[in-house]
Parts: sequence; C-alpha cells; structure tokens
Amino acid sequence: MNRFSFVDCTSVHDALDQMNHGAMVKAGGIDLLDLMKDGIIAPSTLVNIRQIKGLHGIVVSQQGLTIGPLTTLAELAAHPDIQQKYTALSDAAGHAATPQIRNMATVGGNLMQRQRCWYFRSAEFPCLRKGGSECFAQQGQNQYHAIMGNQICAMVHPSSTAVPLLAMEAHVELASKKGTRTVALNKFYVTPEESIENETIVKEDELITSIFVPSPAKGTRSAYQKYGEKESFDWPLADAGVVLVMDGDHCHSASIVLGVAAPTPLRAKAAEVLLTGKRIDEATARAAGKAAVSDATPLAQNGYKVQLFQTVIYRTILLAAGQLKRDPSAVGGLA
Amino acid sequence: MSDPQKPSISRRGFLKAASVTAASTLVESVHAVAKEANEASRGPRTSGPGLVPIVLHVNGIAHSLTVEPRLTLAEALRDSLGLTGTKVVCDRGSCSACTIWLDKLPTLSCMTLAIDVGSRNITTIEGIATGSQLHPVQAAFVKHDAMQCGFCTPGMVMSCVALLDRNPSPTLDDVKHAVSGNLCRCGTYPKVFAATLEVAQGRKLVNPIISANREKGA
Ligand SMILES: Cc1cc2nc3c(=O)[nH]c(=O)nc-3n(C[C@H](O)[C@H](O)[C@H](O)COP(=O)(O)OP(=O)(O)OC[C@H]3O[C@@H](n4cnc5c(N)ncnc54)[C@H](O)[C@@H]3O)c2cc1C
Ligand code: FES
Ligand code: FES
Repeated sequence: MNRFSFVDCTSVHDALDQMNHGAMVKAGGIDLLDLMKDGIIAPSTLVNIRQIKGLHGIVVSQQGLTIGPLTTLAELAAHPDIQQKYTALSDAAGHAATPQIRNMATVGGNLMQRQRCWYFRSAEFPCLRKGGSECFAQQGQNQYHAIMGNQICAMVHPSSTAVPLLAMEAHVELASKKGTRTVALNKFYVTPEESIENETIVKEDELITSIFVPSPAKGTRSAYQKYGEKESFDWPLADAGVVLVMDGDHCHSASIVLGVAAPTPLRAKAAEVLLTGKRIDEATARAAGKAAVSDATPLAQNGYKVQLFQTVIYRTILLAAGQLKRDPSAVGGLA
Repeated sequence: MSDPQKPSISRRGFLKAASVTAASTLVESVHAVAKEANEASRGPRTSGPGLVPIVLHVNGIAHSLTVEPRLTLAEALRDSLGLTGTKVVCDRGSCSACTIWLDKLPTLSCMTLAIDVGSRNITTIEGIATGSQLHPVQAAFVKHDAMQCGFCTPGMVMSCVALLDRNPSPTLDDVKHAVSGNLCRCGTYPKVFAATLEVAQGRKLVNPIISANREKGA
C-alpha cells in the first residue's frame, strides 16, 4: 500500500475542506483498501469521514426513509421498519459480502465502490478504465463479466444495495463547498458509452450526505435475491430487486432492477411493461424474466448468466408477490 | 478502558452536520451528544504519512505504539504487538481468518487501518480464554477436533463466541450464518457447527446459573 496522510474529520464542513486533489474519502474502507493494496489507486490523503455522527443513522417518516451514508450494511439489514416496508433493501444489505464486512461497510461506500473485473483490479492490465486502449475482458476470461451494455467495457457493478434502491426510486443528496444537489439514483451511474473515466456523476469534491427512499405506495411488496457460486457468501453472479405495486393479484406497476448484469445496475423496462396490468403468476413472471434479458449480448464464457438472470427475475417476482418462498439455493438461502 | 465488554462512547462526532443532511443519529444519548458538540471545535486532525503515535486497547490493555497510517490493524497486532493468534490469509477481506472484535462486533483486522481504531476496544483470540483456561468454545473445538491446519480457527472461534454472546441458543442455521464469511480450506465446518451448538446446549442444560451470569456480563 502507498504511503498517505490520514485526516480524521468530525463534520461535513471539515471533510469538504479536505477534499483536495489527490485526496479520497474513506468510509468503511473496504473497497479503498482493496484497491490500494493492489496498487490500482494511490491517494495521497485519506479523508476519514467514518466518525461524522450526522452522516450516520436511519430515519423513517411519513414521507419515506432517510439513510445516512455511513449507516452500515448490518444496520440496514437489521432495521425492523426497513425489513417490513422496504424488504428488498434489508434483504440486499443482509446478503452482501460477509457478516464481518457488513459490520464495517457503509451504504454510501457500497453505492460508490468501483466495479468488479479482474483485469481492472490487477495492476498488470492497463485496461481502458486505467487509461489503456483495450478491454481485456472482451477476448479474455469473461465468465463473471457483463452480459449487457458490455461492448466498450464489460465490468459489472456489484453494489447489492443499489439494486433495491434503484427499484425504489431512491434519491441521493450530494454536498460540496458550492452547495448541495439531489440526484435520482437512476441518473447516478454512468455507462461506459457516456464516459470511460467516470463511473458515477459524483464529482471529486462531492460527498454523499444522505439517501432518501420515498414511502412505498399502498399495496407495494418488494423482494431481492442473489445467486452466486456458493450458498454461504459470495459475490453475486446474478441478483435482482423487484418492487410490485399490487391491486389484488394484479400488478398495478412494477420496477425490476438487475445487478451485475452490466457496468451499471440496470432497470429492466421491458419486463416492467410486461407485468403492468397483468395477474402475477408463474407464466407472466417467466415471460418477464425472458423479456429482461432479450437484448443480452453475452461474451464467450458468460452465456450461463443469461439463463441465471431469467431465473432470478422470475423467482424474485413470485417471491415479491408472495407466491414463492425464498430460494434455498440462492446466496444466504442456507439450510 | 480495562473492561473489553464495555462499549466505548467516546467516539468523536459532530451532530451539527445533520443540518446538511436529513439524516440524524437516533440512538445517541444526550450525554454523548453534548460531548460531541464540545469535541466538534477540534476540527480535522491530519496524521502521517510518517510515523504517528497511537494507543490500541487490546484485550483490556492499552498499548502505545507508533504506526504509519497505512499499517493495518492485523499488521499492528501481529508485527508490532506480537499477538500472532490473529491470522492473515487473503489480506483482502475474502476469508475472515483475521476476524477480531471492535467493541464486540466481529470485523476484519486486515481491512481496518490501525490508526482508524481510535478508542474502540479490540478483542483478539488471545483475549477469549481466561488465563490458562480455554473459553468453552475453544475447549469444544478441541474436543470435536474442529481444526486441521488451524489457519481459519482463530477467526472461526471469534465468530462463534460473538454469536453465542448475542444469541445463547442458536440454531444450526444461525451458526452457519455466523461463520458464512469464514473460509476453511480443510473443510472443518461440520465440526465447527457441532462444537458451537454443543456449547450452547451445555450452557442451557448443564449450568444455567453460569450461563445466566455470563449473559449479564458477570
Ligand atoms: C469478500 C468480499 C465480498 C463482497 N461482496 C459484496 C456483495 O455481495 N455485494 C456488495 O454490494 N458488495 C460486496 N463487497 C463490497 C463491499 O460491500 C464494499 O467494498 C463496501 O460496501 C464499500 O463500503 P465502504 O464503506 O467500505 O467504502 P469505502 O471503501 O470507504 O469507500 C468506497 C468508495 O466510496 C467512496 N465513498 C465512501 N463514502 C462516500 C460518501 N459518503 N460520499 C462520497 N463518496 C464516498 C470512497 O471515496 C471510495 O471511492 C464485497 C467485498 C468483499 C471484500
Ligand atoms: S485475512 Fe482478512 S479476510 Fe482474509
Ligand atoms: S482448518 Fe485449515 S483452513 Fe480451516
């Protein structure tokens, strides 16, 4: 790991003051240390925001759910109101990484973590994202890579919490010395087509100061499931978040998001349209799964993910609708 | 600071930042809030990149040491303090061999910077036994032969003891869940489960008084 200065901040104001060129914000530190140990980034200063009390905590109100970015994944997963009203979010947080990491990792850092790709995360491969001229995944070992939006860069975004937060139409508040702005999460991530340098719209001098999830409409039910190579804990191979607004057994509206399918979390609009106004049953759920991956462009080794996504989508739709139990072969299914 | 069971409330913070965000801390006591307000005036504190003096509270003992900010807690424990019970296998957060507790929460010492621990209480595998008497979970691991090469074992024990401290009667699934991040290349999982469940059973059946006292922290 490179040498760096460490600045402990106790207020947002102080932290913003320290966010000069070469400095990086440190929350739980999991992704930062991972990247620094592998020599992918080498910040000259870490601005430690971990102890800023005002950025930590969960507030549930009539309007919705306000989450401080320093709230840990374990805290999100264990919160009774989130479990009840924002089920997909507590499930996603509770199935990310390991128990130890969930005690350390923050939701702000989880949204901001860099994508997963072993070429990007190895200093030996000067890929497009590191100023090089090639995406090594296109012709290389690409079994874990993106099946959609993968023409330029095939990294996947692994944030488990982004999946339900996007489906729940969350907003993120950003602060800089110039002021604050609020951005919808569906405008937050940047595709490789839009920019190869930036992965989110967050600027170098900006801090996430809160995440807001509007209160669910009457009849809303949500679910999240994740598949990996192991059942105990693993990075996702495919995960999906589903939010259904139900009118009896008919779907009034649906919001479906896929994780690790593309370089950004992805809303499956075609699947949503297919469910709208329909009775939810196995046939409609399977059709929605199929529609969600209809424009997939799998690489040489990741065609299996197309099938896996169809499965996770249809099973998660039925789980949200209360027609199927949690899949015991999903990550965290255990037993 | 001598009681590693007692969570620390001296973490610094600045509640006024809540005005920038809609989120606020719900669980802080009035006392802690007043303390934060006092400490807020301190402003940011820069350390390093060279050596910085810090104090680590490990298993109830305060250790003064000098570290570069880039030193991980695992390195500080093993290399600076000679507490080599904590193992480092992947050094990337993937195996949980380096599991320690920070204020009783199982966390990874390889993904924590020593300088970032502050006043939190660190418990390592060396702090689990009472003198030369093994913790019941350690004794049950020995009895059930729940280790082969032993590299994952300190981390496994830290996860299992933490589980029993927060849930004295876990199910098999609870134990599986608690060690779901602890990788064992030798495949000792069934014995880890059996050892942990036996301790839980034993506490309930054999010695209800001792287990009740333990839960109270006595
Ligand atoms: C073995 C393993 C398995 C994992 N599995 C999963 C998984 O299944 N699902 C999943 O989602 N993740 C997984 N992760 C990733 C892990 O969850 C993330 O690394 C973690 O959530 C990052 O949060 P942090 O607080 O540690 O962020 P940090 O490492 O502190 O920060 C990450 C990035 O976010 C920026 N940042 C942090 N907070 C803010 C803020 N408030 N404002 C602006 N920028 C900010 C930092 O500057 C940095 O660029 C896994 C990690 C490991 C090691
Ligand atoms: S050594 Fe820390 S998680 Fe593997
Ligand atoms: S006993 Fe060898 S890794 Fe677990």
